[in-house]
Amino acid sequence: MERINNVADLEALRESLHAAHDPERPVVRVCLGPGCLAKGANKVSQAFRAVIKAKKIEASLQPLIKETGCHGFCSQGTLVNLDPFDLFYVQVKPEDAEEIVENTLLKGQAVERLLYGENGTRYRSSSEVPFYQMQQKIVLRNAGVIDPLKIEDALMAGAYASLAKALTTMTPEKIIDVIEASGLRGRGGGGFPTGRKWRIAAANARKNPGSVYVVGNGDEGDPGAFMDRTLMEGDPHAVLEGMIIGAYALGSNQGYIYVRMEYPLAIRHLTLAIEQARAMGLLGRNILDTGFDFDIQINRGAGAFVCGEETALIASLEGRAGEPIPRPPYPAEKGLWGRPTIINNVETWANVPCIIEKGPDWYASLGVPHSTGTKVFSLVGKVKNSGLIEVPMGITLGQIVDEIGGGVPGQDRFKAVQTGGPSGGCIPYELKDTPVDYDSLSKVGSIMGSGGMIVMDQRDCVVDVARYFLQFLEEESCGKCLPCRLGLKSMLEFLDRFAKGQGSQEDIGELHSLARAIMKGSLCALGGTAPNPILTTVKYFEDEYLAHVVEHKCPGGVCRDLITYSIDPEICNGCGLCIRNCPQECISGEKKKSHTIDASACIRCGQCMDVCPVDAVMVA
Amino acid sequence: MSESFGNIEAILDRFPPQPEHLISALQDVQAKFNYISPATMRAVCDHLGVPISRGWAVATFYKSFSLVPRGMHDIRVCLGTACHLKGGGRIVEGLERELAVEREHTTKDLQFTLETVRCLGTCAIAPVVMVDEEYVGEANIRSLKKQLKKI
Repeated sequence: MERINNVADLEALRESLHAAHDPERPVVRVCLGPGCLAKGANKVSQAFRAVIKAKKIEASLQPLIKETGCHGFCSQGTLVNLDPFDLFYVQVKPEDAEEIVENTLLKGQAVERLLYGENGTRYRSSSEVPFYQMQQKIVLRNAGVIDPLKIEDALMAGAYASLAKALTTMTPEKIIDVIEASGLRGRGGGGFPTGRKWRIAAANARKNPGSVYVVGNGDEGDPGAFMDRTLMEGDPHAVLEGMIIGAYALGSNQGYIYVRMEYPLAIRHLTLAIEQARAMGLLGRNILDTGFDFDIQINRGAGAFVCGEETALIASLEGRAGEPIPRPPYPAEKGLWGRPTIINNVETWANVPCIIEKGPDWYASLGVPHSTGTKVFSLVGKVKNSGLIEVPMGITLGQIVDEIGGGVPGQDRFKAVQTGGPSGGCIPYELKDTPVDYDSLSKVGSIMGSGGMIVMDQRDCVVDVARYFLQFLEEESCGKCLPCRLGLKSMLEFLDRFAKGQGSQEDIGELHSLARAIMKGSLCALGGTAPNPILTTVKYFEDEYLAHVVEHKCPGGVCRDLITYSIDPEICNGCGLCIRNCPQECISGEKKKSHTIDASACIRCGQCMDVCPVDAVMVA
Repeated sequence: MSESFGNIEAILDRFPPQPEHLISALQDVQAKFNYISPATMRAVCDHLGVPISRGWAVATFYKSFSLVPRGMHDIRVCLGTACHLKGGGRIVEGLERELAVEREHTTKDLQFTLETVRCLGTCAIAPVVMVDEEYVGEANIRSLKKQLKKI
């Protein structure tokens, strides 16, 4: 890999890469995102290679196999895109490779059965598929398109052009102006205006000369969220480019990316991207001959949710236990090693090159005032089309779930959507017209958060979900401040009792006032936002809480102490699977005749329901 | 899983003797030896110039560090929100019964360590279980039992 010495070199390299690429040569893009990998995408990719090799096609005409990051439509994996045909195949299996090579790559014909179909329509191109139609990809512009392990691929897609523009035609001050004018706000959940944060740090750095640091927060800890993972795996150079531009604007020479250890692939891709950028001189000394030095180091998280909080993250970077400290001073004033530090979520960083390229007015025209641009969400749970989406801010919750997500399977409406992870809230179906932007979401008691969007249906219990998040936070509380350490425990005790059908109506009021106290008294956002799931569920689903404590019933059929399992004799085909799998051995019945559960011995583990091939096990 | 000091020195050589490298060094040590023993902890702390109390403080604060030997195979059951809604909890219970081991513990024969994790970031194919490096999406206890028998 040759070093790029200046902007002219960079553009010459980009041109030569484009010139060497024959646009007629077929390209097979196999999605190797986490969803597709779990469905055997690796084997699909290998099958393509094997089939193409066996066909002995002349080298210059041979189709290129590209292994890309996540393309988004995870529930339909393995996904394969084929150029120049603009075809999009779903649920591709290794054994389909032969037919695709023969018919599509060699003859240019579509394999109809692999096209995505919905309501009787088959879609040829991914851009026509309803799941993608309302999306607008900025952060994920290259994810699912480029091979994230090859910097050349990223360069052909335009990577580092914004860096060249920023370094050679803009002053640091001008860059901060542009970011501020774009209206970009922090994508990690807080929503603080990015430009303002940078301006504060830059001012502090002037007042107090010395080192300045930039940090990419990739410690995506919210359960039910995988936006950052997909970005770091699918287009690591977008994050790096944003950080280099930010570092130049702030006069920083050292950056860090903090990635949680549960994402080994993201760490691998980022590490490789950094090595390649370094080899090309896009990181390191005298970047593009501008005299600007900057390098990035990766730090792996060690399994602590609280390290997503910026002061805890700094403690962890310094090699200490990740306990937060009170703010102010904010990291922009006193951060890593006591020096001004900018911490932005990796998604925020990935927006930066686009804003530099297309200008702040363009960016501000997307989304809605005060929440500009797009946001990436992981749309999961009880929704037909699940996966990763990027939509303009201001789209409604209902549009996301029903139009992009295709609604809830087997039910006509969702019950609630949980946004913002453990710090967020449950928004009921009645508020489906709520626009998804920072301010509207906080108005209904939830938050934008990092972008997890979990759809719940009538078979889910809001008391159980509130309890789930509390359990999570109680485990993850670092224990430094009392309101969080003991308060979360006490709240959990209430919910544990509710889940057993115990407690009283007054307890719901007590829980409410405890929640308020924890919000006010906690040291950091972990405790400060922990009551959100409870406050929103009590507000919107009070009847369900009352059903638990007054009627001792769980309407969703989830809370174990309040349910009974039985077998529908009309549906049961007598296969015996439940009998063999019941740990209590409390199911009986003859072969091919309906089985019955002995309720007195049943521990309600639900194993019978999970193994039943005909869904005969009912819960009430 | 021997703990020869020759091996640990190769790891420590990668880190300049500064306290900030404590977490990274412990991570690499654990990756190599599969847990942090008192001897390896002492070696790491001596090398970085960190009091041993701080070494233990860090190792017990972060969940990913194990202070006891782990099993040959890792089974990680995701209990992220999507997996929770889709029955991840029932899968852990099923595996606890199947392997006769509690979650976050290792079987007596040191074959399996059964762990729960809060989100593997593969929510679209919930419930998810990771058996060593392999993701099992839309997992169910029946197929998992079969898979474990094969190992």
